[in-house]
Amino acid sequence: MNDEPLIRWDWIARNWDNGSPFAIKTLLESHVVLAFLPVVFGLLIALPLGVACARWRWLYQPTAGAMNVVYSLPSIVLFSIFLSVTGLSWSTVIIPLTFFTLAVLIPAVVDGLGSVPEHVRQSAVAMGFRPLRRLIQVELPVAVPVVLGGLRVATVSSISLVSVGALIGQGGLGNLFTDGWQRQFYTPIIVGIVLIVLLAVLSDGLLVLAQRLLTPWSRARRRTA
Amino acid sequence: MNWLIDFFGDAANWSGPDGIPTRILEHLEFSAAAFLIAAVIAVPLGLLIGHTGRGALLVLVSANAARALPTLGLLVLVVLLIGVGTVLPILIPLVVLAVPPILVNTYEGVRGVDADLRDAAYGMGLRGRQVLFQVLTPSALPLILLGLRLSAIQVVSTATVAAFVGLGGLGRFIIDGLATKTYSDVIGGAVLIALLALAVQLGFTLLNRVVVSPGVRQVR
Repeated sequence: MNDEPLIRWDWIARNWDNGSPFAIKTLLESHVVLAFLPVVFGLLIALPLGVACARWRWLYQPTAGAMNVVYSLPSIVLFSIFLSVTGLSWSTVIIPLTFFTLAVLIPAVVDGLGSVPEHVRQSAVAMGFRPLRRLIQVELPVAVPVVLGGLRVATVSSISLVSVGALIGQGGLGNLFTDGWQRQFYTPIIVGIVLIVLLAVLSDGLLVLAQRLLTPWSRARRRTA
Repeated sequence: MNWLIDFFGDAANWSGPDGIPTRILEHLEFSAAAFLIAAVIAVPLGLLIGHTGRGALLVLVSANAARALPTLGLLVLVVLLIGVGTVLPILIPLVVLAVPPILVNTYEGVRGVDADLRDAAYGMGLRGRQVLFQVLTPSALPLILLGLRLSAIQVVSTATVAAFVGLGGLGRFIIDGLATKTYSDVIGGAVLIALLALAVQLGFTLLNRVVVSPGVRQVR
């Protein structure tokens, strides 16, 4: 709506690392922390919870129900609720995003464990694996592709959702959106979108790589087939 | 609790252009429009690439990349580019948000149909199109509905950000409440959106009961 060019490269150069708390580099760093910590916490919580839900099926329905409710809450709603509890800090964003991660990861862990073929489980029992060792050495590795599939979705959405935190002043690169909006200035908005997508694509690629390294057998099987 | 009573007990909140009923209608209006557009794009495309297997990798990679597009950033950019005269600016980011879950689940649903079943259908003399619509689609329906449900819920809850650029919907209560530190409005708006999302969830559960063939449901 104005004559502003879509991208002002000199603005990016000046604001990349100028020492202010709103330098692009600083925002990028806080974005990475705000996006990845929830995924790490979420994974640490979802693994035991998912295993418990797979072991005792009656736990799964209520857990899944609760997670569905959490999933349906808009992120800005959770952010504003936690704003009144935690005050304005990183945890205002990290705790709600951890819940979103859980909503994706718990079903992934349960489905992953459910994808372990019965004959594999029975072979492990026959070879003398006790339940805990069987879980760690047989069932979880077989479940890796499904769990990592969930982890990929959780990571990418977490990276994208952090930006909504800008509405309460804690949004990493999302601050570029509110800034660009207030000043009717395209460049920060485009920089923010591009960096967020790059960050997401890069993390997704790393997770795909991790899956290849963690499940060497899936490649071996494809080669012989 | 007092906040809820403040919000829902205030008669002024129930009427006029910024009353609860109007805001709910606005919210449903752009959510439904965005969801329908996304479904019209994503379901046929998902069926097609699932059935033919052509271009699947390209479509899935772009769908995953689209998941990363931040709705707020896209919204702000579109509004600056084309102005807020219509609801179009909010529809674009919401459609972008809604397409990937539908597309990926539809594709996975069609791909995941038992190969024996597909072969049996061809063996019985069904043509490609008949196999797709009479065998693959009904078998894939639970996953297609899952994709539609996830996408509808995300749209309903994300339509909140429309209020940031001055559009209506239930987000108004939250954004205005945050700006004026009227927390009863924030919580009230949040409760309304959550209820709306739960209603969507319930609607899809019922739809699942009605449209999924009993034979398919038993297997799952």
